[in-house]
Amino acid sequence: MNKRVLELKDVEVWDGNMSNSNAFRQADVDVVAAYPITPSTATIENYATFHANGYVDGEVIMVESEHAAMSACIGAGAAGGRVGTATSSQGLALMIETLYQASGMRIPVVLCLVNRALASPLNVNGDHSDLYLTRDSGWISIDAFNSQEAYDMTLMAFKISEHKDIRLPVISNQDGFITSHTAQNVRPLKDEVASKFVGEYVQVNALLNFDKPVTHGVQTEQDWHFEHKAKQHAALMGSKKIIQDVFAEFKELSGREYKVVEQYKMDDAEVAIVCLGSTFETAMLAVDQIRKEEGIKVGIVAPRLFRPFPLEEAAAALQNVKAVACMDRSAPGGTVGALYNEISGALINTPARPLVTNLIYGLGGRDMTIVALKDIFRTLDKDAKAGKISGNIQTLVGVRGPALSYYNVEGK
Amino acid sequence: MSKPINEMGWDELVPGAALYTFQGDIDYNIADMQPEERLYSETSSKAMSVGDWRVIKPVWNSETCIDCQNCWIFCPDTSIIARNKEMKGVDYDHCKGCGLCVSVCPTNPKSLLMFEEYETTEDALAKWPEKKKKGE
Repeated sequence: MNKRVLELKDVEVWDGNMSNSNAFRQADVDVVAAYPITPSTATIENYATFHANGYVDGEVIMVESEHAAMSACIGAGAAGGRVGTATSSQGLALMIETLYQASGMRIPVVLCLVNRALASPLNVNGDHSDLYLTRDSGWISIDAFNSQEAYDMTLMAFKISEHKDIRLPVISNQDGFITSHTAQNVRPLKDEVASKFVGEYVQVNALLNFDKPVTHGVQTEQDWHFEHKAKQHAALMGSKKIIQDVFAEFKELSGREYKVVEQYKMDDAEVAIVCLGSTFETAMLAVDQIRKEEGIKVGIVAPRLFRPFPLEEAAAALQNVKAVACMDRSAPGGTVGALYNEISGALINTPARPLVTNLIYGLGGRDMTIVALKDIFRTLDKDAKAGKISGNIQTLVGVRGPALSYYNVEGK
Repeated sequence: MSKPINEMGWDELVPGAALYTFQGDIDYNIADMQPEERLYSETSSKAMSVGDWRVIKPVWNSETCIDCQNCWIFCPDTSIIARNKEMKGVDYDHCKGCGLCVSVCPTNPKSLLMFEEYETTEDALAKWPEKKKKGE
């Protein structure tokens, strides 16, 4: 635990970045190596202020790029320290090579990814194109929908990442600006309680252990590369159960309950949307309104855990609905969105075969409003009653100009 | 190691492909031991020949060498063998043929020169150049 304690109130007013910064501070991180980029800058800026004021015993390293930031984290992690950093968008894109190094080398790292659109055109606002860029990188990816959750997820990320049976890096996602710059009431744990929850860092094959010299980042060719990737995948797939255990342990401390797939009003829902990020909370309001005003039984399913993808839980959540709209906040690059793929794949081997559509929305921080969501719910309701998709499978919603939609399968 | 890596299943490997340099823990003063006496692990590069990555090789001429250790310091693959500050030769199992040892050799003529792989040491030494005269 840091020598100097920061006295916190029961309720603090923090934006998503400040939530990250305090989670880092309480987790007693040994090395934070970072390079600033909007909208994640304040995560590190606040943390550096804590450091300058003596509230952080660890090191803060200012590096020359995001590639260097993650490289320094990997080096410090291999040497035997707890490490973390933050980035967004282009920074993540520059970092991507080293993300694969971290997961393949089984170095625990916590990366606060404040989701922002990828250029071009250059854009600083929130969409999920950077989150999707990490899909196959072998990192655990957890999504926070508000500032409180950003604190909770980032704190839990250390415990998850460093678990002896996981030893994989973790991304703690939140929406750029909508979450990262919106100050909300946050109920943090006390420093001592948070530090104890995360626990002492346990070194594994530390480079600085001279009693057992070790090489990290080795080369493996066709003779045993496959076995190493299989072991890595097994650890990632096995992490779901441990993440659920960490969620349960955290609930004991905080009273806040998290599930690998979050649901809202799904018990009697006949139609549903699947989404990530702050859209979940906007949709909660839209669901309440349209249930009351128009009697449409709509619910929301949101993967809290994006990787490893909770396929069974997502499929179970959607067994009783007739129509599902998978909402992807990322330009899909010539195919359907990621959530459409995941959800369709989850449902295809189950008895439930709802209509599944794909909505591309909110690119570059374009708002997803309650009004727009209610329109989506009405279309879902209409499709469910008709037993067929009214338009094409994929539609871009909220874009100006002529309607843009793609893919139609005979019989749907 | 219980069995060779090539026989291990995915579940038996060290996570992250971390490789140990030596057998067991180093609870003795390894700095006092020569490399040939150290217990390198099976997966250490020590036992693996990568000499065939090389297309040309450095040949050492003991007649002109002054044991200055420049080549030993600069070799990026620790392939210059020296004992008690005396040059002993080149480790052809690990030398990649970069030629750095030749460029840092200060003697006249050079005590290390690059030759084709097929050249024998005797032939190479027979072709060794004479000392350069001033102005040459």
